[in-house]
Amino acid sequence: MKDIAEGYVTADGRKIGGTLMEMKNITLRFGGVVAIKDISFDIREGEIRAIIGPNGAGKSSMLNVISGFYVPTEGEVWFRGEPRPQMRPYQVARQGIARTFQNIALFKGMSTLDNIMTGRMTLMESNMAQQAFWWGRAQKEESEHREKVEKIIDFLEIQAIRKTPVGRLPYGLQKRVELGRALAAEPKLLLLDEPMAGMNVEEKEDMSRFILDVNDEFGTTIALIEHDMGVVMDLSDRVVVMDYGKKIGDGTPDEVRNNQDVIDAYLGVSHD
Amino acid sequence: MFYREAGDFKTSYVNDSQTFPIQFDRWRYYAVLFVALGIVPFVINDYWASAVFVPFLIYSIAAIGLNILTGYCGQVSLGTGGFMAVGAYAVYKLMTAFPEVNIIFHVLGAGIITAGVGVLFGLPSLRIKGFYLAVATLAAQFFLVWLFNKVPWFYNYSASGQISAPERTLAGIALTGPEASATAKYLVCLGFVFVLAWLARNLTRGTVGRSWMAIRDMDIAAEIIGVNPLRAKLTAFAVSSFFIGIAGALFFAVYLGAVEVGEAFGINKSFLVLFMVIIGGLGSIFGSFAGAAFLVLLPVFLKNVLVGGLGWPTDLAAHLELMIVGGLIVFFLIAEPHGLAQLWRLAKEKLRLWPFPH
Repeated sequence: MKDIAEGYVTADGRKIGGTLMEMKNITLRFGGVVAIKDISFDIREGEIRAIIGPNGAGKSSMLNVISGFYVPTEGEVWFRGEPRPQMRPYQVARQGIARTFQNIALFKGMSTLDNIMTGRMTLMESNMAQQAFWWGRAQKEESEHREKVEKIIDFLEIQAIRKTPVGRLPYGLQKRVELGRALAAEPKLLLLDEPMAGMNVEEKEDMSRFILDVNDEFGTTIALIEHDMGVVMDLSDRVVVMDYGKKIGDGTPDEVRNNQDVIDAYLGVSHD
Repeated sequence: MFYREAGDFKTSYVNDSQTFPIQFDRWRYYAVLFVALGIVPFVINDYWASAVFVPFLIYSIAAIGLNILTGYCGQVSLGTGGFMAVGAYAVYKLMTAFPEVNIIFHVLGAGIITAGVGVLFGLPSLRIKGFYLAVATLAAQFFLVWLFNKVPWFYNYSASGQISAPERTLAGIALTGPEASATAKYLVCLGFVFVLAWLARNLTRGTVGRSWMAIRDMDIAAEIIGVNPLRAKLTAFAVSSFFIGIAGALFFAVYLGAVEVGEAFGINKSFLVLFMVIIGGLGSIFGSFAGAAFLVLLPVFLKNVLVGGLGWPTDLAAHLELMIVGGLIVFFLIAEPHGLAQLWRLAKEKLRLWPFPH
């Protein structure tokens, strides 16, 4: 791979910037179980970074470390050139990191619109008294943010279900609303945990298109976990491969595809 | 036919997110306001005020308060009676300590004190959920009643251990005490209900309300997208207790006049308000009103029909009422867990299409 210290240009001509997030020697232990063993990798501004690996490799744990849900036992998370102090997940969200979940975690009792509006929580400024009297900033803010949310709704083509409670929506649409909720926060870094799990080919194509468009139009950096190798290889700029909590490969999709350790991890090794 | 969104074009987001998006609903709302302000005050008498209107209005406030906590934020509370007692004793202490201050400020002050107590008893909610939280709030209920029974300072060392509201006036008209007129009581309670319901609506449609509902529906996801769970839960406890405190203050000062804490604010009261919220509809302000109306009117109705109409003995009617309420709660939990408010929503959805089936 080229020297990428100052960023690089992808095959399709997108400019990738400097380091946005760097994981330095992350180890995560739960009692005697080691979920992640001394892993380091970086995520660059504007790139689509995939994390892949067989089941139980520690991919979701890694995403949970990034989003502040787990605190690493050892190692540091660097974000935008600074080591990140220990934070609660909502503080991480305020730094500009949003995520979606493997099993949809929408607010089922709320409408699509309200779900996506909740995603803008971190950007709202009016205080409780202003909201109680619906006075000053509160009302203005609601309309301003609604306008931004409507753009996301247009972008994801979910205008028709704007006011439907999300509990009633089919699975594919729920996934899309969840992406919308994460996008609403205008994140610097978007984490997607298996965005295409359980989808049919058409839904996967839609979702892939949305992911590429998000990256292209908003310049959002994306880190994703996905099991569908075709999708990963097509979408991502660089791939980290994990197995049993260790990093066994890192590089462009082509490099990873030809890496012997990766092939062994996925296909198994014969012992004769 | 008449109940349609069609033709009523919304051209701004403010318009689109108003409380009553359908014109017919707006007219109905104005009609209710007109009846409440323009007709009822002139025809109300002591029986209607003390049997129907005043308790309905006060329980509506309490039900909205509990609905904010349980229906919107998902934190189950069995401490409503205790918090109402805090409101009652706070307003009593304020009324007797500062007799020259307007009683409206006493009631608001009682609400604020209750909000503080509510936050204190809400602290366990940061660690525990569901049934366990319900038990923690149950402890609050018993502790508060015990406290107001045991510490004579709270009831100003009166020999009976009761508190009774001294006479206070508002703009020269007696509001508490034996001289208070039905109209005055009704109008003051209506004023509180109107303002508090409006505040509750504003809070639940904005950022704060969304953070409460996010915590209710999926607390982990809420935290991941930036909701501070500590803040969301404690504000819900504070706002909820503020409402319940005001309800307790009005219940004591305006409605009953004299109170013995275990009797008026015991565990039964907690359950009564919880039943109002469940029957009315969790997470709905209209539901709070519907539930309060239902549980206030049902006994009056049964009593009039069974005792007045059929000539049955009073105690039989009272027992029958308990059985009917219990049966209804079981029915609602099975058939329509979202309560009267959901039935109302469904009816409106049908009406939107009527007379066509689809």
